[in-house]
Amino acid sequence: MPVVIVDGQEIEIGADERLNCIEAARRAGKEIPHYCWHPGLSVVASCRMCLIETGQRDAATGKVTMVPKLVPGCQTPVKDGTVIVTESQLVKDSRARVEEALLIDHPIDCPICDKAGECLLQDYHFEHGQPSRRADLHPFTSRKRDVGPTVTLFVDRCIMCTRCVRFTREVTGTAELMVTSRGAKEEIDVFPGHPLDNKLSGNVVDLCPVGALGDKDFLYQQRVWFLKREANVCGGCSQGCSIFTEHNQDAVYRLKPRENPHVNKWWICDEGRYGWHHLHDQSRILEASRKAHGPNHRGNGAGTPATEPVEWADVVVRLRDDLKAAGRLAVAVSPMMTVEEAWMLCAVARSIDPEAFLSLGYVPVQGADETFPGGFTIRAEKCPNRKGVEEVLAVYGAGGKTWDDLVAHVAAGRADAAWVTAGYPGPWIDTATAESFVGLKQLVVQDFFDSPLMRLATWRLPAAGFAERAGTWVNAAHRAQSFRQAIRPPAGVWPEGRLFWNMLGRRGLYDPVAVRQQIGGSTAALAALAGDMPAVGVDLRLHQLA
Amino acid sequence: MQPFKPVLLEAVGLPDGHTIASYKSRGGYAPLEKTLAEKQPVDVVEMVKASGLRGRGGAGFSTGLKWTFLPKDHPGPIYLCVNADESEPGTFNNRILMEDDPHQVIEGIILSSFATRASTAYIYLRYEYPHSWHRLQGAIDEAYAAGYLGTNIRGTGFSLDIYLHRGAAAYICGEETGLIESLEGKRAWPRIKPPFPAIEGLFRKPTVVNNIETMACVAQIARRGVEWFKSIGVPADPNNPRDPGSYGPKLYCLSGHVEKPGCYEAPLGITARELIDHFGGGVWKGRKAKAVIPGGISMGLMTESELDTPLDFAGPGKVGCLGLGTAAVVVIDDQTSIVDFLHNSARFFAHESCGQCTPCREGTSWSLRILERIRAGKGRLKDLDILLELGQTMGMMPGSTICGLADGAAWPMKNAIKKFRGEFEDYIKRTNPSGWMVTDPVPALPIVGAH
Repeated sequence: MPVVIVDGQEIEIGADERLNCIEAARRAGKEIPHYCWHPGLSVVASCRMCLIETGQRDAATGKVTMVPKLVPGCQTPVKDGTVIVTESQLVKDSRARVEEALLIDHPIDCPICDKAGECLLQDYHFEHGQPSRRADLHPFTSRKRDVGPTVTLFVDRCIMCTRCVRFTREVTGTAELMVTSRGAKEEIDVFPGHPLDNKLSGNVVDLCPVGALGDKDFLYQQRVWFLKREANVCGGCSQGCSIFTEHNQDAVYRLKPRENPHVNKWWICDEGRYGWHHLHDQSRILEASRKAHGPNHRGNGAGTPATEPVEWADVVVRLRDDLKAAGRLAVAVSPMMTVEEAWMLCAVARSIDPEAFLSLGYVPVQGADETFPGGFTIRAEKCPNRKGVEEVLAVYGAGGKTWDDLVAHVAAGRADAAWVTAGYPGPWIDTATAESFVGLKQLVVQDFFDSPLMRLATWRLPAAGFAERAGTWVNAAHRAQSFRQAIRPPAGVWPEGRLFWNMLGRRGLYDPVAVRQQIGGSTAALAALAGDMPAVGVDLRLHQLA
Repeated sequence: MQPFKPVLLEAVGLPDGHTIASYKSRGGYAPLEKTLAEKQPVDVVEMVKASGLRGRGGAGFSTGLKWTFLPKDHPGPIYLCVNADESEPGTFNNRILMEDDPHQVIEGIILSSFATRASTAYIYLRYEYPHSWHRLQGAIDEAYAAGYLGTNIRGTGFSLDIYLHRGAAAYICGEETGLIESLEGKRAWPRIKPPFPAIEGLFRKPTVVNNIETMACVAQIARRGVEWFKSIGVPADPNNPRDPGSYGPKLYCLSGHVEKPGCYEAPLGITARELIDHFGGGVWKGRKAKAVIPGGISMGLMTESELDTPLDFAGPGKVGCLGLGTAAVVVIDDQTSIVDFLHNSARFFAHESCGQCTPCREGTSWSLRILERIRAGKGRLKDLDILLELGQTMGMMPGSTICGLADGAAWPMKNAIKKFRGEFEDYIKRTNPSGWMVTDPVPALPIVGAH
């Protein structure tokens, strides 16, 4: 195996690994500071922050020959015998000078900058910068301009790493951003009349190592050091991008991509990034309720019939009783729910009616899959877990059953009660489809917002949002990813899993990990779920083959 | 000094010297026909290697060696880019060649393309040279008409097209990979190396970038032979195995405070003093030289006492300059303020820095602002230390930038401060009697842009 020597420490790397000095040093626990380099973008080696000393150890004699000048770590590949020196005085002086140079024109407006606290310029200055300023003192300037619907550019804060420019050229292929002017007058800009409005535009804000690119959705909403982050999975589409949900006091403030080489690399789309606002929508259904006078098929003709709120502890008991009394049950298992929730719901349904008709819930589809030149894909299927629910349904002998099958089943009068789980972030069902559910003895609807179907329901139950759930989703490429609950749902809302857990009579708090391991242990197709789940998830197919 | 008959400049002053008829009457294109008919590309490469020709664009890299870096048996295309983006301050030798003897250049390009198996050559011409543009385009048209360009030249199966591309007036486009990026239609940000252009250059294909004067030299070597070329100039230093020698005639651009500025052809190795006295008629107005730029502003400064340095590829380096560069010798008389000189130099580089690498982008502009403040009577002695530190740390040689532009900005700065520090200190103390000793940061002057 090739050996790389980082500050005297020998590190083994893979024989066919192509690493640069930054990546190799990271293996040795040494962070080489860098701005312009990003593993997902081309190498330009222009910020010069990663300058290091390198050399080569002769395999035969062990003699080390050093390169007589500094080299950029990002541009220098390592091979067997490469010597990397990251701590020498020459390297430290060089870093201090680059920091000093970058701060000559920087406004140093950290107190009013959104990036403060997660800014590389700040961090590196504390770690590598000079203790005092030598450059002349400039009056404060802060110019900003809109570069697109999602992003504001703070011109003076920019350090010209060009990550954003390369992103729009290499990953989205839209090339809206460019560099204008020359030398110290250089600025990032868009071409006149062509704003930064691609579907991945928010990523340039993540890429920006300083506060130059601000996310309009997040700007001035929260200081980043108040935010807590939870590793989550985006529920926006069946791609299932790995994300961090950043939140404070049960409020989400922003979503950030979480690196996952199997799914989304370093990126997420704007639809996912900004697709959390429904969590805090004022019109959410926030309590469980039941029609006061039993089933009322069409209401009283004057809008929604009167309902009475029901305590969750009562829901657990009375819902089961109502459904049992009604007779034949049909259940739609929403692809917004986790594998664990789907599995428990099926168990609950079959415990009420052993012959219960189970099917996949409504699958929202919008347009066609869209793949960008950099390989990133936005799926047309706007739900995170169709594959996972299908696997669970197959376990219960209901494989292949779809929402349309369920609607037909109900419309044909073959069910006395229906339980429709939904939880979609927007409108999803029209009145005509909802009409099929008229005439049932019991209709349980578990959803986020009011809908034509909800208005018919005898049991109105609130649903939880993606950050409020815990469990496992299986994306379109059969990759299962588990995540924990990031925020608590609003008072009055039980996540679906908690209700099903209690309806199954299980003790204690809902434990999605226990359920997942139980599923994995009992189902061959889902055996991969039994063990510990890595942060990047597991591919169910690989385990099925094995 | 030995009498020397100009070769590269033989057409200067001839009526219609730029026409194909004049060029052929002086023996031009005959060597090309002979080469195409009788020789293989490798013979031309060997000829140029044997001649010891070193690139005339500034770096002085062996031309024949550069050609051998091209991959063998490459399916093509291979490109030849001819660098005519002559923008080093003080330099105008390419311009004379393109205006007065363009066919010499074109014959050199055809020979070089044949040697490198390039079937397309681009001439990247400086925007400010409209006359060169017309003359070169006229010469290219004449060469097509005469059958020296186009497909299957003279029935030999060798084909070549030459495209004349006008730049848009940016110094950085003279850097070879900046030139390539610009030709591709991109922002002229020099590329990181490796890969070098010989492996991956224009349109990601193997590419050779050569200077106009180098092309003219290739034509003359083909016409007059390797022995002739090696008889001129300075042989390799036997004590220095890394010195390949400086052979051949060289065009020296003499300007500044001399009586007779102009472009003069002399054997490599002429001293600056000989050049000034013999060709330039001495420093003007009977004054003495204070400093002399040996080869374009980015090469640094020689003092009066260093004027006996031979202007070959090795000479200027021995007195602390960067090198011979473009052999543009600029004379600065003893009445000129070195502070003004350095300010002017800094203004140029701050304006022309492409802005890609942090040390150059910020360093050139910082040094300009410091010098502006010094000239405004607000200088401090500490500024000289900062300028010197900038000069010593920015550039390709310390490794802090991608291309050599920053070295070009750094060399005049550190040369001027090291060699004329007394004058700087006197100036600062005289103009800023109350503040020259301050070491804390001072308020910046209102920013006057370099643009």
